Amino acid sequence: MEIVMSIIAGVLFMGGTYLVLSKNMIRIIIGTAIISHGAHVLLLTMAGLKSGAPPLLGLKASTYTDPLPQALILTAIVISFGVTSFFLVLGYRTYKETGTDNTEKMRGTDSYD
Amino acid sequence: MKSNDVILQTATNIVLFIVLMFSVFIFFNGHHEPGGGFIGGLMTSSAVVLLLLAYDLETVKRVLPFDFKIVTAAGLLTAVATGMGSFLFGEPFLSQTYDYFTFPVLGELELATALLFDIGVYLVVIGITLTIIQTIGEDR
Amino acid sequence: MTNLIIWPVLIPLLTGILLLFAPKRVVFQRGLSTVSAAVLLVVNIFIVFTVQQQGIQTLQLGGWQPPFGIVLVTDMLAALLITAAAVVSLPILVFSIYSIGKERERFYFYAFYQFLIAGVMGAFITGDIFNLFVFFEVMLISSYILIVHGGTKKQLRESFKYVLVNVISSAFFVVGVAYLYAVTGTLNMAQLSERIGSLDTGAPILSVIAVLFLIVFGLKGALFPLYFWLPASYAAPPSPIAAIFGALLTKVGIYSIFRTYSMIFTHDTAFTHQLLGILAALTMIIGVIGAVAHQDVKKILVYNVIVAVGFVLFGVSTMTETGYMGAIFYLFHDIIIKGALFLMIGAMITVAGSTHLKEMGGLIKYHPRLGWMFFTAVMALVGVPPLSGFIGKLMLVQGGAEAGQYWIIAVMMASSLLVLYSMIRIFLKGFYGKIKLEKADQYGTTKGLLLPCAFLLTVSVLIGVGAEAVYPLAATAAETLYEPQIYIDAVLKE
Repeated sequence: MEIVMSIIAGVLFMGGTYLVLSKNMIRIIIGTAIISHGAHVLLLTMAGLKSGAPPLLGLKASTYTDPLPQALILTAIVISFGVTSFFLVLGYRTYKETGTDNTEKMRGTDSYD
Repeated sequence: MKSNDVILQTATNIVLFIVLMFSVFIFFNGHHEPGGGFIGGLMTSSAVVLLLLAYDLETVKRVLPFDFKIVTAAGLLTAVATGMGSFLFGEPFLSQTYDYFTFPVLGELELATALLFDIGVYLVVIGITLTIIQTIGEDR
Repeated sequence: MTNLIIWPVLIPLLTGILLLFAPKRVVFQRGLSTVSAAVLLVVNIFIVFTVQQQGIQTLQLGGWQPPFGIVLVTDMLAALLITAAAVVSLPILVFSIYSIGKERERFYFYAFYQFLIAGVMGAFITGDIFNLFVFFEVMLISSYILIVHGGTKKQLRESFKYVLVNVISSAFFVVGVAYLYAVTGTLNMAQLSERIGSLDTGAPILSVIAVLFLIVFGLKGALFPLYFWLPASYAAPPSPIAAIFGALLTKVGIYSIFRTYSMIFTHDTAFTHQLLGILAALTMIIGVIGAVAHQDVKKILVYNVIVAVGFVLFGVSTMTETGYMGAIFYLFHDIIIKGALFLMIGAMITVAGSTHLKEMGGLIKYHPRLGWMFFTAVMALVGVPPLSGFIGKLMLVQGGAEAGQYWIIAVMMASSLLVLYSMIRIFLKGFYGKIKLEKADQYGTTKGLLLPCAFLLTVSVLIGVGAEAVYPLAATAAETLYEPQIYIDAVLKE
């Protein structure tokens, strides 16, 4: 199972990188979201997948799954949720202000640059 | 934009309350069982989003006349203040405690100070999500 | 007083939250944030004394024993850096009251400024790698908002790139944490240091992780191949925001490299620290090339930020106690002097109405105090004794010589000279030279803007003159980094 998950993480990274390298702003933003999902999947996999009962009180199991990665992932997901939504609004405002969603046309062209 | 949303609107009127009730259940469930402030808050805000989809922004504003940024701030303040509550007892920041109480109707219940923190999280999640959706939704 | 060390995070956090409630009441916003910044400064100085007298302070959040819970650790390095951060945050705040403009003030500028400070403070005092990530994000999200705050075309364009770079580096941070957890089974810095110390020294995966973290922190701290995003994005926002970014944000990345490369990744120093040294040298070179090449005052200063990154990381790469001490001294000095220089440049831009040297000239006739303060600050930056840059550089050179890195010392000396050239050019062309703007043509006044600059400059001079008082503090800080066992004992054995 770990191998499958590693491959999934790799595929997510691959797709995310492909999207980030494109010129369209929305694609870039979605690409960053996919890359962070890849990182979350990797974090989940690296700590070892299910090896016992869920880490909840009252189950009286002999082994429990390590709860720490799940806590870490929840935190990371919340952060990437916030950042992605901010990024979307930023992209939208940039589109409205500059009139383009093509990053090629967003290069720095100020008076003295 | 005039469109015929009778089915969605009728369904929303009923489903909305089911979702809200369930979100409150999830919220209180989350100490030893799956659930908690974050998921509960997301579910409540998804109920509001459903309302938004079925009706429009003005209706939502009439039903929920809060400034959601203030809701966020109140939630943050609740969460931090709960963490600082432990200062009064000389315990480290964010320490929590719990005890069992007996209530007239409900019977014996466990009450934890973590619940207060979770209320903060719940408010922050609702405030943030709805602020985001309003900000994007208002601007056309 | 176990809860003492959480206050540097709580004060700005609480202030920020309270400011969210009344965004339109500008006077309240200004007053509360200034008071809070002043209180923060006092508390942080108190923490320095406490750490000096009682050793490393730790706080187990929620009462969870380390390594299970998150632990906050304030050793001398962290205490010095939070103090330096508080020292710059107060005058920059005062400067922005005078120059940021009503429009920005009404849209949560002060609140996010406070959240930024909270994130920086948290990043300095945390003792847990994942918690470091969280505080990094608090700081970064606030910085995203501050850099785009006001929403001019240029800001939007540059902040898109800035956010993109930082989001990707955050994803790599999570990946690095994942690998580290898989290999060592812990994220507590003290325990990491202990476990990696006892691991097989040749473990190549650890070098991979070390380089991964170098990439992550290098992206935030503008290390050589990863600095590309910095000049444009730091030049986009208004001066006070650029000042807090230039003074603090890259320093948090540098601090993280410092912490991890001195305490955690010490298994294969022949590879990792050699790499760090080479990158530091390249960073200095590329920084001065940029600083010399540009005619835009903001850009010149921004490239000087990159040079300083190289200096500090060179100290880290020497792995000697003197080198560490030099790096700490220089880091402390650089936070303050970069804050001062950015503010003075901000005052110049306010007067001249442009960031380009061609549009300035002869400012000293009407602004002699600003001119001579700028000159003193440049001397302090370059390290003319007895000003504050001197001791740091001296010890960096000593440490480098102890480690036998003579060619990097040579690069450092040469780039110091070029830093002097690039900055004195601003003085000669901007303040001296033909008068471009008569009194009536000037775009703004320096009313209220000089006091914050003077405050920072005074602190900088005091550090230089009173180096004897600061020396034992830096020595304590360097000792903890050089012998991580002190840190480990303070965190785990209680």
